[in-house]
Amino acid sequence: MGESRKISLSVNGKTYEEEVEVRFTLADFLRQQLGLTGTHLGCEHGVCGACTILLNGRSARSCLMLAVQADGQEITTIEGIAPSEDEMHPLQEAFRDNHGLQCGFCTPGMLTTLIEFLGDNPDPTEQEVREAISGNLCRCTGYQGIVAAALDAAQRLREANGA
Amino acid sequence: MSTARQMDQIKGGVHTDVRHDSAVNHVTGRSVFIDDMPNVPGTLHGALVKSPHAHAVIKSIDLNAARELTGVHAVLVADDIPGRNDVAPIFEDEPILAKGLVEYIGHPIAAIAADSMDIARAAASMVVVEYEELEPVLTIDEALERESYTSPPQIMRRGDSARGISDAPHQISGEVRCGGQDHFYLESHIALAVPQEDRDMLVYSSTQHPTEVQHGVATVLGLPVNAVTTEIRRMGGGFGGKESQSTIIAALAALMADKTRQPVKLRLARDDDMVITGKRHDFLFRYEVGFDDTGRIEGIDILMASRAGNVADLSSSVLVRALCHGDNAYYLPNAHIHGYPCKTNTVSNTGFRGFGGPQGMVAIETVIDHIAQDLGTDSDDVRRANYYDTGDRDTTHYGQKVTDNIITEIVDSLSREIDYPARKAAVAAFNQENTILKKGIALMPVKFGISFNLPTLNQAGALVHVYTDGSVHLNHGGTEMGQGLYIKVAQVVASTFQIDIDNVKISSTNTAKVPNTSATAASSGSDLNGMAAHDAATQIRDRMAGVAAEHFEVDESEIEFRNNRIYARNDSLSFAELAQLTWEHRVSLSATGFYSTPDISWDDETMTGRPFYYFSYGACVSEVVIDTLTGENRVLRSDILQDCGRSLNPAIDLGQIEGAFVQGMGWLTMEELWWDEKGALRTHGPSTYKIPGSRDVPPEFNVHILEDAPNREPTIFRSKAIGEPPLMLALSVWLALRDAVASVGGHGHLPNLDAPATAEAVLMAVADIQERAGDGT
Ligand code: FES
Ligand code: FES
Repeated sequence: MGESRKISLSVNGKTYEEEVEVRFTLADFLRQQLGLTGTHLGCEHGVCGACTILLNGRSARSCLMLAVQADGQEITTIEGIAPSEDEMHPLQEAFRDNHGLQCGFCTPGMLTTLIEFLGDNPDPTEQEVREAISGNLCRCTGYQGIVAAALDAAQRLREANGA
Repeated sequence: MSTARQMDQIKGGVHTDVRHDSAVNHVTGRSVFIDDMPNVPGTLHGALVKSPHAHAVIKSIDLNAARELTGVHAVLVADDIPGRNDVAPIFEDEPILAKGLVEYIGHPIAAIAADSMDIARAAASMVVVEYEELEPVLTIDEALERESYTSPPQIMRRGDSARGISDAPHQISGEVRCGGQDHFYLESHIALAVPQEDRDMLVYSSTQHPTEVQHGVATVLGLPVNAVTTEIRRMGGGFGGKESQSTIIAALAALMADKTRQPVKLRLARDDDMVITGKRHDFLFRYEVGFDDTGRIEGIDILMASRAGNVADLSSSVLVRALCHGDNAYYLPNAHIHGYPCKTNTVSNTGFRGFGGPQGMVAIETVIDHIAQDLGTDSDDVRRANYYDTGDRDTTHYGQKVTDNIITEIVDSLSREIDYPARKAAVAAFNQENTILKKGIALMPVKFGISFNLPTLNQAGALVHVYTDGSVHLNHGGTEMGQGLYIKVAQVVASTFQIDIDNVKISSTNTAKVPNTSATAASSGSDLNGMAAHDAATQIRDRMAGVAAEHFEVDESEIEFRNNRIYARNDSLSFAELAQLTWEHRVSLSATGFYSTPDISWDDETMTGRPFYYFSYGACVSEVVIDTLTGENRVLRSDILQDCGRSLNPAIDLGQIEGAFVQGMGWLTMEELWWDEKGALRTHGPSTYKIPGSRDVPPEFNVHILEDAPNREPTIFRSKAIGEPPLMLALSVWLALRDAVASVGGHGHLPNLDAPATAEAVLMAVADIQERAGDGT
């Protein structure tokens, strides 16, 4: 139903030419049309952070964006942050190792938010990490494991970058 | 059971910090939640027509316009239900679609299946319903006044409470309230119903209770239970909200799938989820207490009235648990604790982590505070004077002997660890010096009963297969909602077989594999399913040992399973080799396991018995600061000491404690469900309903698991349940806020501060106490 338009965009390094309904949100497009279901929908009005993706490297809520707005842009989702199929990003490893997850529903949004944050601030304080994820809700963990994972990841990334 | 020495040797045995089994899939986005399952072509999407009135008769429904919309496949109302329109978990007559009468705002009236969610929603807005409005009953107070309940009042009584109160040297009475709480699991309710041959139905449901979903779907469709299968791999959080409520969603999806013969997905958008499905019960408490000069309670009467909502659902069970926890850790010699599940024209409330226990504790902890206030003593001294003890002070008001009491040890150990007396003195000193900011500090002891109150529910089944390559398939009736149940049960199986955990395949909960299960609730998941899986694995291990004994020509007692191998004197086989050999010997490598909790009983008539197999204990001290000009408040520090028995997985348990505490803190401080005068919930999304964020957690948050504390009962590897108990430790935050408010009046008055203690509530309590203290400005 409704009008559609052709868009071209890059998602996780792959180029897509897709016909999308103009009223489709970016989240629905990623999940339903591209089958990238790692981006979760917790509230669909921009408050919970579960649907966070990276738009040209900057975190954005895919439930608040239309797919057509992503035309010509570069998107990274949770499925695209690892260097390869069999490897994980240090942030992913840190979440796994620090028990930074329970049900896992908030996890993709936490990770994408933190990828951007740790890029800007490679050596954050605990307070800064809490600030950075303050727009991402987690109902399970009480955030302790998540904060520990972020700080651990920062250190791993600094070491990897020879800092 | 195996010895500790053996356990050290395999990877992922019990009592080790194994990671969550889905950790890698969660961080890579590969975990499949129901909404992530690839859509079969032809999958339809559901939407619901909801009542805009809290109480009204449906005069007429016009479905024509909705039915004619292109892309709409079914528009269904109560009359279209082929079976019985009833999914009541305990009583009956709890319809999935309103039958002539709507009883709350959001009450589903019609279900629509269409090619897309957009079309389904558009059609929902085209359904025309004519109502005749009736007067709604919206509050506990009104319902109590009218004696309108969803099930009969429940009463626990011991001794002569009236006499105990009147004969005591001191008497007080008072009232306190606590609010409800939305579960706010990040994944809202969802079900995908897929029709099979012969009207059979396969339902993927985000549920803590697959068996009840199976029953509900069968009832609604008019099918025998064996025609319905429920499956769930994982939920994105449950917290009790998916214990009974998911049945409604699943039955609606199944109804649409049955009519259209196409798969139907029904996913509630967040706001609909909050409006349509039940929450934690809010409560009103009224108490009367008599006590001696030390604050020791001699007689107590507590009225506990809950807001059940439009139907009973689990309200009667929630109420029993509230009544059972009206003592918390204190001996009540003469007690009359009476509960009323109030029928209101609001959404039917349901289970939520703690299941009435936390609410019951709000009442008794207020009483303790009030006694201390009345005597001008320290509330911690009053607590100590009332703790359960040995001798004639060891039996609860419902007749259960408390035989595993460690509350004083826990409280003392925590107090020592954090130098509690010095901390209290520092708070008092701060309050001396500051007029605008005021601090408060409080200790909360917790004793929480483990087992479903109803003995029947305390059973579980498991299914274990060993394949000829030595790999193991594990299934049981428990569900995974993030709490780590699957990994804990897998650890049990790994330890039982003495094999690395990587060899144990965890599989989705499925009613066709393990039938007639109980909800994963009441913190009992690992106690019950761990034991059932242990039973299944032990049967297979014993059979394999028999084959090994024959093979090595030794006595079975000489066979030892250790570190992925099976030893007999100097010989050994790998687990895989023995599995192959067992198959060759034509011995079964598959078993069902079963467990039922021993030594529990409950008499519904007298409300007495031994409902709990054991108690879990914990204590927490929290320190807070309030701004007396704005009511703003912060938790500065919390220290927890929690009993986990001999933890199956300390890392998982730590996460449970932290998460439960923060969730409890949210309930008691910031999460406010606000209904308007027409009965509409106005806080129905995260923009208005605030759950704790990363910055709300105490900046200093120390959590310790009690060491060397094996369960005195022979539970699975002597562990203890952990899901719910730590939530109640958050009462320390609320008590500390009350302490801070009390300091404004020089501790001369009891603060009027209910839960949730939002900034607004704190501000009003400060103003109230200033006025009473006569120094208001
Ligand atoms: S789903 Fe986008 S912020 Fe919640
Ligand atoms: S892990 Fe469940 S919401 Fe964060």
